[in-house]
Amino acid sequence: MSPIYLAQDPTLADFGRDPWWLVLGKIVFAFAFGLLATLLGVWFERRVVGYMQVRPGPNQVGPFGLLQTLADGLKMAFKEDILPKAADKVVYFFAPTISVICAVTALSVVPFGPMVSIFGHHTPLQVTDVPVAVLLLLACSSMGVYGIVLGGWASGSTYPLLGGLRSSAQMISYEVAMGLSIVAVFMTAGTMSTSGIVAAQGDGTQLTIFGQTVPAPGWYAILLLPSFIIFFIATVGETNRAPFDLPEAESELVAGFMTEYSSLKFALFMLSEYVAMVTMSAVTTTLFLGGWRAPWPITIWEGANSGWWPMLWFFGKVIALVFVFVWLRGTLPRLRYDQFMRLGWKVLLPINLVWILVLSGLRSIEDWDTRGKVIAVGIPAGILLIATIFWPSRKPKPKPTTQEQVDNRPHGSFPLPPMDLQVPPSPRITRVVAEREPANIVAGSDSREV
Amino acid sequence: MTTSTVLAAAGSVPTGEAVTFWILAPLALIGGIGMVAARNAVHSALWLVLTMLCLGVFYVLQAGPFIGMVQIIVYTGAIMMLFLFVLMLVGRDSTDSLIETLRGQRVAAIVLGLGFAGLVGTGLYQALDRTNTVGLDQVNAEGNVQGIARLLFTKYVFAFELTSALLITAAVGAMVLAHVERRKQDKVDQVSTMKARFAPGNYPGPKPGPGVFATSSSVATPARLPDGRLTDRSTPAILPQRELTAEETSLKGTDK
Repeated sequence: MSPIYLAQDPTLADFGRDPWWLVLGKIVFAFAFGLLATLLGVWFERRVVGYMQVRPGPNQVGPFGLLQTLADGLKMAFKEDILPKAADKVVYFFAPTISVICAVTALSVVPFGPMVSIFGHHTPLQVTDVPVAVLLLLACSSMGVYGIVLGGWASGSTYPLLGGLRSSAQMISYEVAMGLSIVAVFMTAGTMSTSGIVAAQGDGTQLTIFGQTVPAPGWYAILLLPSFIIFFIATVGETNRAPFDLPEAESELVAGFMTEYSSLKFALFMLSEYVAMVTMSAVTTTLFLGGWRAPWPITIWEGANSGWWPMLWFFGKVIALVFVFVWLRGTLPRLRYDQFMRLGWKVLLPINLVWILVLSGLRSIEDWDTRGKVIAVGIPAGILLIATIFWPSRKPKPKPTTQEQVDNRPHGSFPLPPMDLQVPPSPRITRVVAEREPANIVAGSDSREV
Repeated sequence: MTTSTVLAAAGSVPTGEAVTFWILAPLALIGGIGMVAARNAVHSALWLVLTMLCLGVFYVLQAGPFIGMVQIIVYTGAIMMLFLFVLMLVGRDSTDSLIETLRGQRVAAIVLGLGFAGLVGTGLYQALDRTNTVGLDQVNAEGNVQGIARLLFTKYVFAFELTSALLITAAVGAMVLAHVERRKQDKVDQVSTMKARFAPGNYPGPKPGPGVFATSSSVATPARLPDGRLTDRSTPAILPQRELTAEETSLKGTDK
């Protein structure tokens, strides 16, 4: 690693020094990124799902149907804004805005790139960073629930209320799994600032294999694979995307919390859903996929991680994750609510806890000598191995055959037909066929005796 | 109290902090008053959310970003959400009635509230008055999160563990109260249902409809089984079964 390479990594000290116009510019950029990502994201999703379902998808408005979402958005803005009679007016009005604000705010701590020079100012490509940036992301996603829950409640109707209730239970459950997977990232990176986490994923250790120096992957998606998988599953639950889109399950709840919404307010809900999807992809990229850092084959090129290029890698990773979101939607059926809750509390949470325990154990023996390490890892591993080998297997008893089951029935049971019953063909069938004569209707004939 | 005194003594309240404070402090107060004054329980909860958010920002302003974010995530995001969850289950039209069931309740509440505020205020004053403040910069010297972690896992580790034990006890207690013990053999599966259906003493077919093969079309008349016996399976359990009298069974004389 060259010193220039290192200088590209922004630290917390690099933030808060920009002139006001630069800060404004960054904020506008992040906001515009959210909106553009929605416009293109809806198109992308419809095209990809269309491809998966062997149909073209939107292809009329603009080249490749790119402007379809824009047209839909304009149409939505001019539709009648319906306020249900039973709605709680103020809350009904504020709910979609809460959703959008929370979804967009989260983008402010996402690092888009390293230090760049804008009009002579050396500044990081990130709106801001704080020592607790990841907690800010969590706070945004937990506040975003309010939009959905309040929207469901304020509509004054049953389906939206059920959708809102489902959503609140769902998001609280999956936030636990999500927070615990981030704990592993905190432990490994030693910081909660997003730029710090990206920097920590850069310097992977160098492995020497057959005389060749190969950089070991620094991405937490590889180092902390269980955390990454659980985090991504929780992300899908947190953004209410299929297969976890229970708050707006069409087959059960019409459209869930947005049943009563129309016009711009509905558009705001849609916007917040897609912005949240893109934000969560960006956060996953930042926390687990090395952020704006170039993936391995590109890193051979010295300048891959400096200047404006990293933004390209970042967007590439985000698009790849959004594709996974769409892929999941195109592939998996919606879970039942109890299955969904069981997955969250009985599968993801225990795995996460055990994994964090293992990880902290490994980290605490990091500076022991080799013999101590071997003992500390070997003894629990050995116990685990012995336990799995000698665990009493619960082989199911062989099922009795049908004849045995029939023979074992108690005396006086309802009689059953014999097992080898041959049902003779009904004599009526042949008679019916024989009796029916072909209808012989002749047009214009006098003898109509049918 | 101490922080503001120290800062005021140093004369170093930045403009941004002052502006944020004077915008958010009235909002926090409005939230508090609204929480008490709102008729609708959900509105009350939302006012409280506003106050909590303002408090979170205040913590961040006072160089405590961790506690500020935790305030928003835990209290606003999780606990208030659970409150809302319960309130919504109760129903949206249930507004508080303002009829006092206890005599002098309001006066007692105000007096007790003031007394509690005074107690907490004097307690805090007594506790913080003789504390030597070192300033925020020195407290956060090794980083806000790291500083809190150090205190939490060294000086206050016992209190911390005690609190977690309390929470776990509460959670286990709630689970014990809500949990219904269901053993594996209590579960009724399809095979055992079918076996019971064809067991001796049970008739596997559908129940005969009332009045089928009966001498009368009344619902109370038991149906006849194919072998001619009467069965009470066709009559509702609440109807009394009786034999028809001779007069009832005889012809009414309407047909000539």
